[in-house]
Amino acid sequence: MMKKLVFAAAAAAVAMSLGAAQAAEGIQAPKSTWSFSGIFGTFDQAQLQRGYQVYKEVCAGCHAMDLIAFRNLAELGYNEDEVKAIAAEYDVTDGPDDEGEMFDRPARPSDYFPNPFPNAKAAAASNGGSVPPDLSLMAKARAAGPDYLKAMLMGYEEDVPESVLQQIFEIETEKNRKRAEEIGLTDYNRVESVEDLGLPDTSSFNAYFPGYGIAMAAPLGDEAVEYADGTPATLENHAADVAAFLMWTAEPALDDRKQMGIKVIIFLLIFSGVLYAAKRKCWADLH
Amino acid sequence: MSSGQPFQTNNAIIKWIDHRLPIFSLTNDTLVDYPAPRNLNYWWNFGSLAGLALVVMIVTGIVLAMQYTPHVDYAFDSVERIMRDVNGGWLIRYIHMNMASFFFIAVIIHIFRGLYYGSYKAPREILWILGVVIFLLMMATAFMGYVLPWGQMSFWGATVITNLFSAIPLVGESIVTWLWGGFSVNNPTLNRFFALHYLLPFVIVGVVILHIWALHRFGSNNPLGIDAKGPQDKIPFHPYYTVKDAFGVGVFLLIFSVFLFFAPNFLGHPDNYIPANPLSTPAHIVPEWYFLPFYAILRSVPDKLLGVVLMFASIGILFILPWLDRSPVRSCKFRPVYKWFFWVLLIACVALGWAGQEAPEGAPLYISRVATAYYFFHFLVLLPLLGVIERPKPLPASIAEPVLGGGEVWSNAAAKPMEKA
Ligand code: HEC
Ligand code: HEM
Repeated sequence: MMKKLVFAAAAAAVAMSLGAAQAAEGIQAPKSTWSFSGIFGTFDQAQLQRGYQVYKEVCAGCHAMDLIAFRNLAELGYNEDEVKAIAAEYDVTDGPDDEGEMFDRPARPSDYFPNPFPNAKAAAASNGGSVPPDLSLMAKARAAGPDYLKAMLMGYEEDVPESVLQQIFEIETEKNRKRAEEIGLTDYNRVESVEDLGLPDTSSFNAYFPGYGIAMAAPLGDEAVEYADGTPATLENHAADVAAFLMWTAEPALDDRKQMGIKVIIFLLIFSGVLYAAKRKCWADLH
Repeated sequence: MSSGQPFQTNNAIIKWIDHRLPIFSLTNDTLVDYPAPRNLNYWWNFGSLAGLALVVMIVTGIVLAMQYTPHVDYAFDSVERIMRDVNGGWLIRYIHMNMASFFFIAVIIHIFRGLYYGSYKAPREILWILGVVIFLLMMATAFMGYVLPWGQMSFWGATVITNLFSAIPLVGESIVTWLWGGFSVNNPTLNRFFALHYLLPFVIVGVVILHIWALHRFGSNNPLGIDAKGPQDKIPFHPYYTVKDAFGVGVFLLIFSVFLFFAPNFLGHPDNYIPANPLSTPAHIVPEWYFLPFYAILRSVPDKLLGVVLMFASIGILFILPWLDRSPVRSCKFRPVYKWFFWVLLIACVALGWAGQEAPEGAPLYISRVATAYYFFHFLVLLPLLGVIERPKPLPASIAEPVLGGGEVWSNAAAKPMEKA
């Protein structure tokens, strides 16, 4: 009955999907420490390069990254030749040529990362009906940002600690109890295993994904990629590295922004201090 | 009322121009020699801060408009190009995004300042009404601005808010179609919102000019709420208030910079970094924070039309506030009873803001109902009533007296209510 109030405010179409979307939401992602956390934090180029490697070798098969051009990779510390070489590994469609035909050619630094699928329908068809979303802005499009991404990538049933599973089972049991209480029943379903959550077959359990059922099978595991710099190829490292990389794709100007911010704030502190002194002096003769 | 010195200069060119177009006299009278009460406190800084915010919004907005494409297929990407490929683009865009919030913060404090010190009372009614007009225009501008990046919240926020008009009996549906320029929020909607978003800030500038014109007719009110008696009650705007306002600007920009540089997306919603998708509704549609109290009022009643009416009435009521408050005393300093209700009103507004971001059920719904009821009770019942039953404290005889600590000549409020200007 109370939910009807939402309906009063929103358009009918909006409201109907609202009710459906009010399904269970994932639990809070644990906070990680990032090289770019805090006021003085900056991106760690070595980590971004590792993260790019994870994206390239694992995620790029399904996920596009429309807003990133090969030239942007220079910011990860690759030199001009390296960027050219990376670009040349990809084929992009160009044209039409003088005959009016489209043709494939190796990518140049000015090209954007090609999409793994020709269109959304093709993407959905290859992924059991779910479209893998573009990852360029993902770290800013989720409330907990990189913390969420890392937790989600490590949030599959085999990977999460037992305590997290128990926590979810308790939350869901409690929800069932409340729901039963509301309609006057004393009986309710206890959630004691992932099966009890009743997720659709097409989805995998994920502790941090809203609703727990994600249409992406666990993309990472230990030794998913082999790092050139000798960093241990653990699931946690992979997840953290690709999450940091996605923070960079979402907010490439983060380092510049913070550096400028420190200078501006120091300036404003002095500026306000001087003005405060001037104000005191100016007003002194009034009282 | 004391008046400033007439403008004087020895520069022949300035004299020649000023004789034909008295622009130097005007500037001098408004910003230099303009006589201001000597006792204004820091709550009087927020008017100039709002003015600064308006200028910043217009300047950054015009630069953004040079790179932005108002088309459903390109809008989202054009904003991202500004963030990534335009030199300093991220800075311009983040300034525009965050200053919008800080503009509202400044204006909201400015309004509550007016409520506390009774600045809306005679002879400043028109000044106040122009302020409320500015507030409405700001909300319209901010709402349409939020649609431009064409993210999920842009699209769904626009859909929900424009749909409110469908609550109007008989013509509602037609009005919504007319607003949209089609049968849903779509390219024509985005296009016209951009046109209006560019236009309205300049309308605001016009109303601000009227607002300041009206202000200068009788001068600023002051924390005591009594009229100035003579030159000893006033000081020239420059240098006293220019330096005080400048200091306020420093502090304002300092706090602003913390958000701008270290948490630029804190006041925004993550869903707006997902491109608009008419086929996928976000789990929670929430407006920008400055609309939350109104959103809470809207959703506090189960009837859509009544909700819309109450929401608009909550601002409409401010237009008639000068006539609802019957008390002859302006400043809360001398209103022992009303003073407390001012704080209750403030708490009610904050509670509404909180409730606005929660789903309208359970405790948030209950709180928003109580707070909505109080809001209207405050303006429609309490204020008229208190004007009659409250016994104000005695008012000081002049501004200079308590400030300079001279004498103990306190006049009796009951015997000598607010002086007629
Ligand atoms: C086999 C294809 C595939 C691969 C490989 C893959 N994903 Fe996904 N991913 C998907 C699909 C399909 C979805 C949509 C899931 C849904 O909506 O339930 C998705 C969703 C996501 C989401 C969005 C989750 C949310 O909160 O909505 C993120 C983030 C993500 N993937 C990151 C990654 C990363 C990082 C990698 C590489 C380590 C990766 N994916 C590899 C198919 C894939
Ligand atoms: C664009 C937004 C606004 C700007 C730029 C602006 C600017 C100003 C300035 C510079 C002053 C003089 C300084 C001061 O008293 O703080 C002022 C006074 C005033 N403003 Fe505004 N204002 C704005 C919005 C509003 C709104 C929304 C209201 C009320 C609803 C309002 C009500 C008043 C009143 C009552 C005064 C006289 C107050 C007094 O002297 O006590 N203003 N305004």
